[in-house]
Amino acid sequence: MSGTIFTRNRSVSIFITVLTLLAIAVTALSEGYGTGALSVSFTKVLGMTLCLCLAALAMDLVWGYCGILSLGHFAFFGLGGYMIGMWLMTARTEQVVRANLSEAVIPPTEGEITAATASQIFSVVGATDWPWMWAASDSLILSLVLVVAVPGLLALVFGWLAFRSRVTGVYLSILTQAMTLALSLYLFQNDTGLRGNNGLSGLQNIPGLETVGQDRISIWFFWGSALALGLAYIGAAWMVSGKFGNIIRGIRDDEQRVRFLGYRVEIYKLFVFTFTGCLCGIAGALYYPQAGIINPDEIAPIASIYLAVWVAIGGRGRLYGAVIGAAAVSLLSTYFTGGRAPNLDLGLFTIDWVDWWPVLLGLGFVLVTLFAPKGLGGLVDLIIRKDRA
Amino acid sequence: MIRVFLAALLALCLATAPAPRATAQDAAMGPLQALVQSRADLVADASRRSVGEVLEILIASELPGVPGFLARWQARELYQRQSDGLFVYVQDADATPLTLIDIDTGAVIGTATSREVAQLRPNRGVQTVIGSALVAFQLAAEDPADRLAALAAIDSAPEDIHLALVQDLIAVETDADVLALAEVLLPRLVIAFDRDDADRIAAIESLAGNVSLSARATLNPLLATTTGVATALPEGENIARVLNPGTDIDRDAAYAMLVAQGLAPPLVSRAEQRDILAANVIEGRVAGLPVAQLGTDDARDTAYAALVAQGLAAPAPTAAQIDESLAAHVFFETYREASQAVTDAASATLGGIDTRVAWFRALDLSLDGLSLASIYFLAAIGLAITFGVMGVINMAHGEFIMIGAYTGYVVQTLVPDYTLSIAIAIPLAFAVTFAGGVAMERLVIRWLYHRPLETLLATFGMSIALQQIVRQIFGTQARPLTPPDWLAGSVAINDVVSISSIRIAIFLLGVVFFVALWLTLNRTRLGLEVRAVTQNPKMAASMGINPDRINMLTFGLGSGIAGIAGVAIGLFAQVVPDLGANYIVQSFMTVVVGGVGNIFGTLIGAGMIGGLQKFIEWLNPTNTLAAQTYMILFVILFIQVRPRGIIALRGRAAGD
Repeated sequence: MSGTIFTRNRSVSIFITVLTLLAIAVTALSEGYGTGALSVSFTKVLGMTLCLCLAALAMDLVWGYCGILSLGHFAFFGLGGYMIGMWLMTARTEQVVRANLSEAVIPPTEGEITAATASQIFSVVGATDWPWMWAASDSLILSLVLVVAVPGLLALVFGWLAFRSRVTGVYLSILTQAMTLALSLYLFQNDTGLRGNNGLSGLQNIPGLETVGQDRISIWFFWGSALALGLAYIGAAWMVSGKFGNIIRGIRDDEQRVRFLGYRVEIYKLFVFTFTGCLCGIAGALYYPQAGIINPDEIAPIASIYLAVWVAIGGRGRLYGAVIGAAAVSLLSTYFTGGRAPNLDLGLFTIDWVDWWPVLLGLGFVLVTLFAPKGLGGLVDLIIRKDRA
Repeated sequence: MIRVFLAALLALCLATAPAPRATAQDAAMGPLQALVQSRADLVADASRRSVGEVLEILIASELPGVPGFLARWQARELYQRQSDGLFVYVQDADATPLTLIDIDTGAVIGTATSREVAQLRPNRGVQTVIGSALVAFQLAAEDPADRLAALAAIDSAPEDIHLALVQDLIAVETDADVLALAEVLLPRLVIAFDRDDADRIAAIESLAGNVSLSARATLNPLLATTTGVATALPEGENIARVLNPGTDIDRDAAYAMLVAQGLAPPLVSRAEQRDILAANVIEGRVAGLPVAQLGTDDARDTAYAALVAQGLAAPAPTAAQIDESLAAHVFFETYREASQAVTDAASATLGGIDTRVAWFRALDLSLDGLSLASIYFLAAIGLAITFGVMGVINMAHGEFIMIGAYTGYVVQTLVPDYTLSIAIAIPLAFAVTFAGGVAMERLVIRWLYHRPLETLLATFGMSIALQQIVRQIFGTQARPLTPPDWLAGSVAINDVVSISSIRIAIFLLGVVFFVALWLTLNRTRLGLEVRAVTQNPKMAASMGINPDRINMLTFGLGSGIAGIAGVAIGLFAQVVPDLGANYIVQSFMTVVVGGVGNIFGTLIGAGMIGGLQKFIEWLNPTNTLAAQTYMILFVILFIQVRPRGIIALRGRAAGD
């Protein structure tokens, strides 16, 4: 246990190298800076996939290492998206309103601009006033703070309540799922201030960057997502390699024993839960400006289960496993449900991938759980063992 | 060819030949026709105001044809011949040519094309007046059904003249149903139309404690108020209350009333101020101030004040002036009803009724809560076995509910009789989902008993696969699962409390399930073995119980019950592929709140969650989503207090 994180954990240097090569390759092939072989929309898909990998990394920390099967981490992801989305939407709408009002005979007052912005944003839910939760939406700095603070605070309060009363295992999963459902139902209401089921839209227009085309913005976001993922990977590898990592793995394997050894198990769990909640918030804040729209459907409980499934397919308890699982499943899902996959003609029966992919995916989860509990990461073990043999 | 031509020619001649002329002066004109002709212009061009005169004459004549005439007139089935102004009926309004019928004798008097007669189209107001006149005839009809219909017509559109008619009817009526309806109707008519306040107050007091909608609809208009403003309280009006600006009435609204009455100068809103400024821009300046500087409220106020000083704009009232105007006037509500004794009696009676209604509402709410609880119980009871007793997290539980509902749908497409099809569907749904549950247990779950969290993932995989397969087979649109007629209605205790039969059936089904399951688990050999395997599989195995077989049967039982629940839920919810997904989180919460491993717990959990959700909905009736949100938050907090649920297993049985 000495040396830097790069020598202690071989996967870190490999991962960072691969990520850097990917970033260079995407840049070289992009429309904004390179040959143009990759379309803007595909660049965005890649950038979004990196954000999902980041969320999966967080999920792996909390589940694979600490043994808490949270079905609420995609809610934190969505909250991060909502926090940045409020700023993007406010700033963008305000620009449009200013442009419209500049034609007026009398120059508009600040009050008129704020009121007109609010009525433009909220007319879709029949309101004209700013709800309280938009108070920070006119400041980028504050919104960036909220991206981390709001999911973090929710995770902290929820985790404190749950861990304090020793809700563990299956019960905790159900409770986190209930939290996710409550949050999405809350957001679905038109009168709670986040535009109900309309969600926030037009998030791909970054205020201040109107002159920069989407071709370059998409690359910038790709770089941002890759940077966040790389840093989080190094941080996570550092966390799980030291004493802290041993303790949380101990909690995963036998919580009672770690408690009897004198460790404050609740504090460790609460820290991991909150920290990963913040990570998911950051991932969401990077994801939704690329997706362009966020609505409460994104937060539905099923999304959080998918997150767990990605980690399970990639291989729990190994950081690269989570990333591989998330990237593989989400990219394949995009491919098969995007309608671009050729239908498979079996003579009697034609398999339409858009329809049959979910069936295949579902049965895939079952098979992976039954026969490959280590997930795709288990393949890496096989390769390494073959090398050594 | 020639014959065809001749036939056509003949037809043409017949069509264009003048209809046999029977002028209004014919001696054969019947007494009704003569009477109607005497007011021909009032009949042909009736207005709400003028029609009363015609009706009086007609009713006074006591001619036998009058009721029929009025009914036809009201139904727009009366025609007037253009040539001589004769009023006629026609045999078939769509036939060409029209066959004309005499209004007195009913005899055919000729034909006419639709151009030669004018259909009389009394407007809605006239129709109503004719209708209420017709009522008098109907009330005298032989058939009680006709008299009931007449009373119903009065009920929907009461008129002044009906009061005496209903009073007369009650004096002579013998049929019990008619009498009952008339006696319900009488207070309403007395209150609305009687001229003696004492009678009206007596009628109001006779309604005390009557929670029916019609009683409340009778009393509420008496207490209708209008808001008014004046410098002093007006004399001789029935004042409901005096409104104090700022507490009883919004200050802005109060001032707006003053402005509307011309009692105070209008406010100048920011938008109006801006428009006035914009209208006074001269060479890029407003009252000497450059336009570019007008981007703040202060600058605009200055510019506006300058415009006022130049006489170009009306001065806006200051805050002090507004206060002064508000203080100088009195705002009040007056009853539309002039008599204070009547309004006092009405508000006292209505107050008593409202209290009773509140009690009945509470009862209705409890029934609603009970019904929702029984739905949650049905959805969760299967889970109480698979999750509660066996500890398997079955995310595909909702899909078993959905499959049960689709089984019911398929049976209904094959068996058209709804009662029979439900009777077939229930055991069949149990069989299908029992088999599905056993297959799933054998293929997937038994490999994962020592890894409970992974069961969650594997069964979630099953859940999305099953949902998608059903979507492939049945499509995404909702399929109907129609309840038999005897389940379609609802049981109404009064106008406040009613409950649909299907919910009663679901409640009964829940009770049956609970009893059957409790007996199975506690009184049968299978139940004993299930409990043994749950508590200690190894010990049970050494006692000669086959844990594999018991696990398989238990899981099958839980799934089968979900299938039956699916049939019941499908009867009132839409049968769609994600039917079950909507219930899964609530079902898990029900089981967890109630306490795992115990069907009593599930019962109490369902009761608590269902009751609570209805209660929150009652606090905020417009928003069921909010009710669900707060209910879930409550459950999360509740778990903090009792992490093992309401009924927690203690000791070794609790395991961990």
